[in-house]
Amino acid sequence: MSSDLLVSRPRGKHRRARPELGAALAAVAVLLFFSVVADSFLRASSIGTVLYAASTIGIMAVPVSLLMIGGEFDLSAGVLVTSAALTSSMVSYQLTAVTWVGVLVSLLVALAVSGFNGWMLGRTRLPSFIVTLGTFLMLTGANLGLTKLISGTVTTKPIGDMQGFGSCRWLFASELTVGGLTVKATVWWWFGLVAVASWVLLRTRYGNWVFAVGGDAAAARAVGVPVGRTKVGLYLGVGFCAWVLGQHLLFSFDTVQSGEGVGNELIYIVAAVIGGCLITGGYGSVVGGALGALIFGMVSKGIVYAQWNPDWFKFFLGAMLLLAALLNSWVKRRAERGR
Amino acid sequence: MSDRRYRPVLLPLAALLLVTTVLSGCSSTGGRRAEQARSRAATAGGAVDTPRWTVAMVTHAGAGDAFWDTVRKGAEQAAAKDNITFLYSNDAQTQNQVQLIQAAIDQRVDGLLVSLAKGEALTGVLAKAKAAGIPLISINSGQEFSARFGALTHIGQDESTAGRAAGTELGKRGRKSVLCVIHEQGNVGQEQRCGGAKGAFNGTLQTLYVDGVNLPDARAAIAAKLQADPALDTVLTLSAPLAATGLQAVQDARRPVELDTFDLGTQVVTGLQAGTVGFAVDQQPYLQGYQGVDLLWLYRYNLDVLGGGGPVLTGPQILTKEDAAALATYVARGTR
Repeated sequence: MSSDLLVSRPRGKHRRARPELGAALAAVAVLLFFSVVADSFLRASSIGTVLYAASTIGIMAVPVSLLMIGGEFDLSAGVLVTSAALTSSMVSYQLTAVTWVGVLVSLLVALAVSGFNGWMLGRTRLPSFIVTLGTFLMLTGANLGLTKLISGTVTTKPIGDMQGFGSCRWLFASELTVGGLTVKATVWWWFGLVAVASWVLLRTRYGNWVFAVGGDAAAARAVGVPVGRTKVGLYLGVGFCAWVLGQHLLFSFDTVQSGEGVGNELIYIVAAVIGGCLITGGYGSVVGGALGALIFGMVSKGIVYAQWNPDWFKFFLGAMLLLAALLNSWVKRRAERGR
Repeated sequence: MSDRRYRPVLLPLAALLLVTTVLSGCSSTGGRRAEQARSRAATAGGAVDTPRWTVAMVTHAGAGDAFWDTVRKGAEQAAAKDNITFLYSNDAQTQNQVQLIQAAIDQRVDGLLVSLAKGEALTGVLAKAKAAGIPLISINSGQEFSARFGALTHIGQDESTAGRAAGTELGKRGRKSVLCVIHEQGNVGQEQRCGGAKGAFNGTLQTLYVDGVNLPDARAAIAAKLQADPALDTVLTLSAPLAATGLQAVQDARRPVELDTFDLGTQVVTGLQAGTVGFAVDQQPYLQGYQGVDLLWLYRYNLDVLGGGGPVLTGPQILTKEDAAALATYVARGTR
């Protein structure tokens, strides 16, 4: 099966079964739907808002999609974002250092945590569900405990008046307005990450390894794929992206709430699943994950633009997501039958 | 495994990076040193000579809630002054809060402070506290249950009253169309605040539900609503973190919308000073904790009670630009 994957994944044969095809159709459907029911949905300013909402999920959906293609989960992804923001803020503040110092230390910490996830997985052969659940709980506690211990309160001190804040904000939380359309920095990060990750997955040997490892790890190992290292790499990707999003949180809001981020890991997984990544691994795409995030962004904000009764907000959200996922799987099945 | 090869290289490399980044630059503005330079260590006054009593506080706070952190700080400082051992525990889930109260009863504490957000569910366990002869004071939410559960008094803010105060103030400021942002769907207190504001306000008031643990998403949701409804001229948020998020959303929407809020925080005070925040409705969380412990001490020491069986209100206090400068110091140290 895996050798099959290694050989036959290339472009021509699978084109009709592109994993993101269903998600693309669902995205178009959602877009058309809200364009009809919400007058203000297609305004430039609204598109900027929807893109921002999508990008804050999408940045994390990139590595989470890759990870799922590689056959693993990361339940610590949501709180790791908060950890990255907290580390950055507290290091800068407590050392009275230029904010870039905090940003770099935070990168090391985020990579260390996610690297630990990957390393632990390879070492213990425990399911990633268990390993990352442990990390999730530890991070949740550490976020709170360390912040309280160091700052004295559960929120970090504002660092907006510190040196380097301006340039950090430019990199992680600036915005660009073109003809009424305001594009936030997260959107550029998101597009960039999707492009890089897509290229890695589809055009490099490492990308082949990811598919192989997710399809059948034992078989992949038998044909010489370094399974452990491949998975560590995937987890490091999660750490990097969590760092990017964490820095955005910090530099756009100035202070960080230490209890945040719990539950977001599931939203990232939902985005990847809507985007056509199989929960069992070996199949999926980064673009699909991005489309999943876009659908999520459009639905959650479209409901607001449509000015529906807010009491039903979560209900509509759930129903739309379910529909999108169903459409996605229907398209995939049709495409595969036609092969 | 092959990663062993990298270990001798990676560790020193990481250490080197860390050291160089740390040494590379210190900020000459802001930061901890600036705070230390500002702060004068407030020296604690003389303690009382009553026996060492133990008071437990069990709340429905979620993890890492800034508001409850202030309540706790007030309680801790009153405990230090009153020679009281203070035990704090919290859990957002009702069944866990019940277990925590039971644990406090098991420890035979000398006084109990409980928030009654989920009043009915606590009936059984609070009856046990009463049977064990532990004096009880309810704080923050649940004043309607307080007397029924045999609490000495209730210290808090009536949410509907606070909402009405906000509604009246909105009217005074000439607001026409208000968006009330609820960040915990299903939280009764938050519904009461928006409901109270709606009742006392002549213009239109709509509610919007956002996800309070996902601030970028909440920001986008508020901005989206402002873009969708051009009539809106005011955003009313129900907590300090959401006020900061709301300010971002107002900026995103690029419209002259006023932001008003419940609760204080550093950014709310900065906003009040700068004029980007119209007013803040404060319920003085520090006072809820401080008074709770202090009243239990008074009861133990002198059988004193306050409020005559009715609630003792800590809010609503409407704070505007005029109050902001004086408040800044206290907000920065986490007691307002």
